[in-house]
This record gives sequence, structure tokens and C-alpha cells, in this order.
Amino acid sequence: MNLHEYQAKHILRSGNITTPRGLPATSADAAVAAAGELGGQAWVVKAQIHAGGRGKAGGVELVDRIDAVREAASRLLGTSLVTHQNAPEGQPVNRVLVEETLPIARELYLSLLVDRESGRVAIVASASGGVDIEEVAQLTPEKVLTEICDPLRGVQDFQCRALAFALELEGDAFKAFCRLVPALYRVFVAHDLSLLEINPLVVTRDNRVLPLDCKMSVDDNALYRHTQLADLRDDTQIDAKEAAAHAANVNYVALHGNIGCMVNGAGLAMATMDLIQLEGGSPANFLDVGGGATPDTVAQGFKIILLDPNVRAVLINIFGGIVRCDVIAEGIIQAVKEVGVKVPVIVRLEGTNAVQGRALLAESGLAILAAESLTQAARFAVEKAQ
Amino acid sequence: MSILVNQHTRVICQGFTGKQGTFHSEQAIAYGTRMVGGVTPGKGGQTHLGLPVFNTVRDAVRHTGAQATMIYVPAAFAADSILEAADAGIELIVCITEGIPVLDMLSVKAALDVTAALRANGVKLIGPNCPGIITSGECKIGIMPGMIHQKGRVGIVSRSGTLTYEAVHQTTRLGLGQSTCIGIGGDPIKGVDFTDCLEMFEADPQTEAVILVGEIGGRREEEAAEYIRGHMKKPVAAYIAGRTAPKGKRMGHAGAIIAGSAGTADAKIRVLEAAGVVVARSPADMGEAVQAALASR
Repeated sequence: MNLHEYQAKHILRSGNITTPRGLPATSADAAVAAAGELGGQAWVVKAQIHAGGRGKAGGVELVDRIDAVREAASRLLGTSLVTHQNAPEGQPVNRVLVEETLPIARELYLSLLVDRESGRVAIVASASGGVDIEEVAQLTPEKVLTEICDPLRGVQDFQCRALAFALELEGDAFKAFCRLVPALYRVFVAHDLSLLEINPLVVTRDNRVLPLDCKMSVDDNALYRHTQLADLRDDTQIDAKEAAAHAANVNYVALHGNIGCMVNGAGLAMATMDLIQLEGGSPANFLDVGGGATPDTVAQGFKIILLDPNVRAVLINIFGGIVRCDVIAEGIIQAVKEVGVKVPVIVRLEGTNAVQGRALLAESGLAILAAESLTQAARFAVEKAQ
Repeated sequence: MSILVNQHTRVICQGFTGKQGTFHSEQAIAYGTRMVGGVTPGKGGQTHLGLPVFNTVRDAVRHTGAQATMIYVPAAFAADSILEAADAGIELIVCITEGIPVLDMLSVKAALDVTAALRANGVKLIGPNCPGIITSGECKIGIMPGMIHQKGRVGIVSRSGTLTYEAVHQTTRLGLGQSTCIGIGGDPIKGVDFTDCLEMFEADPQTEAVILVGEIGGRREEEAAEYIRGHMKKPVAAYIAGRTAPKGKRMGHAGAIIAGSAGTADAKIRVLEAAGVVVARSPADMGEAVQAALASR
């Protein structure tokens, strides 16, 4: 689950980390009031969406008049911001963050993330901040510094010093950085984050070190022990179908094709998408109803798939292991009747009681095509979707 | 022969009296697995499915000589269950549970590495978030349907549950059968990986060929390719899921995400093929691929 910048910075402050002073606002009036409360002569107005690349997309505005705060907030709020990182339709700006400006001397990059190769938390830093770290890693990999943390001991002081030296920090900035990294590590662990990215981390002309931006992702699996974080979820930032799927506890990812897919198991679901493409079609979605599919999850799956107006056919691929195919067939028949499915439905059932399942589908009198094999199912689906 | 488990393996279940634990223990017993008991804290002394229930894994090991455990406890308690099993001297821990917080698994893995290094017999973890392990006709530890398996020549290792069933189904239909099948799980932080399993299959006399079922994300398939090129004499076939997966999106499995240009299916297919692996383009052709790999030797 992703958090907004203003939420992430609030969490940083709760971990005794100094951030630029700022206030979120949901209206132009509130933005002006926020700027007044912050004081000073200049402010930054930043669109709050779950995507990077906001600066280049016009989502961050530096202003030096209170009227300009109002103008910037009015321009951003209520619109949809498209960046190079999000979908073509963009994401809605429901909130802006009004912040004080800082006298920036240097822009660094710093992040903490779970590194799957080492199975540990990695701290990644670079002297080239403010740009995509992926770009830096590709063009100048030697500029990307990494420290791997032992989960049983946490980040060590010598690791912080090694990074600080490599980043060529000096004096107060050196000390501040060496205090900041362990504090970030504590925030990372305490909140079960999977990513904490600060880009840029700025060194000010008076040698302070502050997170100018902050991106946080929380491990979904750990939300059960962070109820206060779960409340920060913002479903307006994700695809409406994906939000509905999340509510129904189904794994769904929207794609751009016209064949809706419903499969049990994530690997088989990906494989089914691949097979559709191999047969010349295009999948409308990834949908995993779980290894133990039930008639109820099948019905939920149908509802979510049919929210997508592009769907011309639905392919159901179930390998019945523990779940019996006859039970799934009954679920499909019931769902097709209840939901009122208007597009062709192609079903491939394999595994426990597959023969009985296919017979039930054939006898249902509904427009359900039972395929004999995986390949045939994909072919039928591609034909019907044309 | 087979790898890791056989008809002699003494197995317990953690979360034994729960709904999942009960159902899958019944299935395991019906398959012929040598189940010797189970653990549910607070229910020690009871009998469940005709087997003794213990409060702790230590008690279970002391009284039954258990060597392997299958874990069906809820995600919030699973990390603790894995550590308890390791502490009690269990050699093979199979964790079926899905949705364990990543940071819990980081600590578990670090602790298991220490235990494995200190102990003569070591300790191995399969999973979490996996279907488990089965040696056809001998021992089933997990949620896979037993009846599609057939004793035979092919070893299977996979990151996905239902795709493993596809591979099993296809090799059974072709009359090849399976030695041992391991679902290593879909999480980014997990126990045994492709290379560990390939090493064991290479050393196992029953296994004549291996099917590796991978997917997008990470670079374990690439590491497996390196191992195959350098160390394997047995033929290997593979299938990699997720050629059509969009970048940056998590495809169900927590581990299945393409970051930048790393982790794509095409990149994995390329290195596997360069290592001499027969890679099936369609998930329906995994059986044929391993048959072709066998025929080429």
C-alpha cells in the first residue's frame, strides 16, 4: 500500500526526523491559510498523488506571493495529474501539500528497501539526487552506494559513516546524516515498510540534511498490525476495478486487452495471459481467485471482470486440486445466471472431477463453452473476442 | 529414491487442529504420508485424527522423533512457528501459510542461516506461501492434489502452485511420472530456491530430468541457469510465466513484479536457453518440453 508524501512526512516526524515544515490542504482557501500559518516569503505547492515524476509533470510549483499559492492550488486541485510513472488517465489531485522553501546546496538520493537477493533491508544512496535512481543505476552504476543490514542487528554506525564519506558530507551535515539513517531504519521496521525513498535528500546551505520528498510503501501483509496505517489507504489513487477487487479479496490487475481472465493461482493466471497472447489475443486483466477457488469467489470474479467495458469474452481456467471441478462448475453456472453475463464464457476445467464439471456446464443450457484443453480454451477465447 | 522426503519421513503438522491443518493432515494420511502427530498450543494431550496432539514442537519431536513439519498456522503467527520448529531440531520445515509480513521473514531467514550453520543435519525451509513438497506415492506434505501424481522420472521445482499441478498433470499424462515435486513459493523472501533443488535433483538417482517453473521478478531463474550450465548433467526443461505482465505491477505473488528491465520473462528465457534448457513457450507444453529434453540426451 502506497502513502502520500504528506502522510509519509508525518510518519517521519513521529520518528523524530526533521522535515521541511508543511501543511496539507484540500482547497485553495486552506492552501492560502496554510501558507499564512507557515509564514515566510516563498512556498512550494505540491500535488499529492501516488506517483513520482510530479515535478516534470507540472505538479510542483514554487511560488513567492500568497496569491500565487491560491492560483497553484486552484490549478492543481480537482484535476488529474499525468506523470511518466502513472497510467495515461493520471491520478486525481485531491490534496496539495504547502511547504516552506529551503536554501538547497546539494540534492542526494537515499532509500531503504527490502532487497530480495540478499533477503535483507538495503540502504541505497547516491550523490545524484532529484533524478530517477533507475537512470543513475543504468548509466553510472558506480554512483549507487549500497549497505546491507543484518536484520538481527539493524543498521550499524560504521555503515552510516561509510555512506556519509562516500557522499562527501562534512561537519554538521555528516553528523546529521549519521543520525538520520538509523532513525529512518527504525521508522522502516516499526511501520513494516517495503520502501522508504527520499529523493531528493537535500543538504541546505547552512549544512542541514532534510528529506525534500518522501515516498513510502507499507507491506500489505503487515497491515493487520498497523491499523492506523491501514486508515491512510487512498483508493482514489488506484484503478476502480482494482479497488473493488481489493475489497472482495481477489487479486486483480487491469490490462488493456479484451479477454477477461479468471484463474486459480497467480502463476497459472500469468501463464493463461501469456497463452492468450501466444494465440493472437490480448488479455483484459490478471485475476487470481486463489488456489482454493469457491463458487463465491467465482461470482465475485465475474462482477469485477465485467466492470471493464472492453471485455468481449471471458476465459475461466481452473485447475481443481483441493477444490472439485463440479463445485466450481456449479459456481460458474450460478454466477452467469445471477450476474447476467452477456459475453461468451469459455471454461477450461482440469483436475478433480473435471469430467463431471464439464458435463454440468454442457447441460446448463447457458452459452458456456467447455474447452478440452488449455490451448483450446485460449483459441476459443481469442476467436470469440474478435 | 527421491529428494528431501520419502515413505520413512516422520511428519507433524503445526496448526494441527485448525480447519486447514485438519483437512490437509487427513489428505496427507490418506496419501500414505507417515504422519506422527501435531502441535496446537493448549491442546496438548488430546488425540486428533487418531494422532497425539502436543503443546510444543519440542514435545512432539521428543515423543515422535518427527523430522519434518508442515505449518498451517495463520500469517501473524507463522514466523514464530518456523522458528519454533527449527529450535526443536526439525530438519525440514514446510510453511504453507500465505501473507507473512516480509520483515518477519527477513529475521526468520537470518536465524535459520545461523541454525543451519551450527547443526550437523542442517535445517531447510520450503515456502512460505507455497503448495509444499510431494514424493509421488510416498509422502505428501502440502496442499497439492495427490491423485494427479504418479511415481516416475521427472523432478519438478516451481514458484507457483497451480502451475506445478499443470506440470505434474502433463508428465503423468505422458507416462513420465515424477520423483519429487517442490513448490518453493511465490514470496520474494523464502527458504530453498531453484538452485538448491536442482542440486538435490542432480544427485538423486530416481530423477532423470527436471522441470523448472519460474516467473517474472528477481533473478533466481538466472542463477539457476548459471548452475545448470556449470554443474548439471541431467536434462532440464522450463517454463517462465509472465511474458505479458506489465512493468511495476505486482501479479498476485508478492515476488512477481518486474522492476526496470530486471526480472522480465524474456530475459530469463534467454539465459535458460543459453544454458541448454528446453524452454516451453506455452504452459500447455511443459510435458513435451521435458520429453524433448530427455530425448536429446
